[in-house]
Amino acid sequence: MIKAIVNVSLKMGVLDSQGKAVHHALDSLNFSGVNDVRVGKQIILKLDTDDKSKAMSDVEKMCEDLLANTVIEDYEIELV
Amino acid sequence: MKVTILQFPGTNCEYDTEHAFKALGADTEIVWHKAESIPADTNLLVVAGGFSYGDYLRSGAIAKFSPVMKAVSTYAENGGKVLGICNGFQVLTEAGLLPGALKRNDGLHFISKHHTLKVINNDNIFLEKLNKGDVVNIPIAHHDGNYFIDEDGLKDLYANNQVLLTYSDENGDVKNPNGSVDSIAGVCNKNKNVFGLMPHPERAMESILGSDDGIKMLEGFLKA
Repeated sequence: MIKAIVNVSLKMGVLDSQGKAVHHALDSLNFSGVNDVRVGKQIILKLDTDDKSKAMSDVEKMCEDLLANTVIEDYEIELV
Repeated sequence: MKVTILQFPGTNCEYDTEHAFKALGADTEIVWHKAESIPADTNLLVVAGGFSYGDYLRSGAIAKFSPVMKAVSTYAENGGKVLGICNGFQVLTEAGLLPGALKRNDGLHFISKHHTLKVINNDNIFLEKLNKGDVVNIPIAHHDGNYFIDEDGLKDLYANNQVLLTYSDENGDVKNPNGSVDSIAGVCNKNKNVFGLMPHPERAMESILGSDDGIKMLEGFLKA
């Protein structure tokens, strides 16, 4: 079994309002030295295969079709 | 004139939409998303507002895989008229039938109030009863209404008169409630047969309830 961890976040250049709000909150808590905050989501999949390249191509297809909206979002896939 | 209205789990504007079109004299039918076809006599297909699939993952992201959506794509490709209101707009962008995407509102709040809109282009069946520059008062009610499209996409929209409506103040000057690119509230596809907007014209049908400006918008579809 392979576990796939998919991180989806707004593309750079697309304003991340939630990230901005969190950044502002950190500032008001006096956490200085934070240059940027991006908020995304993590989707964890347990796959019924041991074939890493098959897993990767399957998950890429899932991301393109459903897990991310590539008009506004980027995704990263990690297999463990 | 037959208006078919789609209903997904979580849709909640299908009866308002039905009421609005019936008041204008249309026949209506509500079709459950499991249907694999839409009624053959449909003149207008409406993807109504609400929260299909609880807005899980992204607004409209799961609804686009409902069985009925294949029939919707075919209907649109063959020139059939499709109108997506609010969540319906989100579903149509997710399905690739309309350009762009709807993000979380910039202020992060759900916004529910009357808002004025400016008519940008009226060379389409949806807004032909209105004039360019007209200002209409239509309710908005959304959390993810922040329209995004990249620069090239935006140029295309303007080049083809696909920007239909923008959020404005009462005088038609820019007023942007949710952070949408160029304050865009509604767009159509290149062929001008698929329309989407975040505001709810079906909720603006009687002046006693705040506005009847929705009549002029929905009426455009009824001439056929």
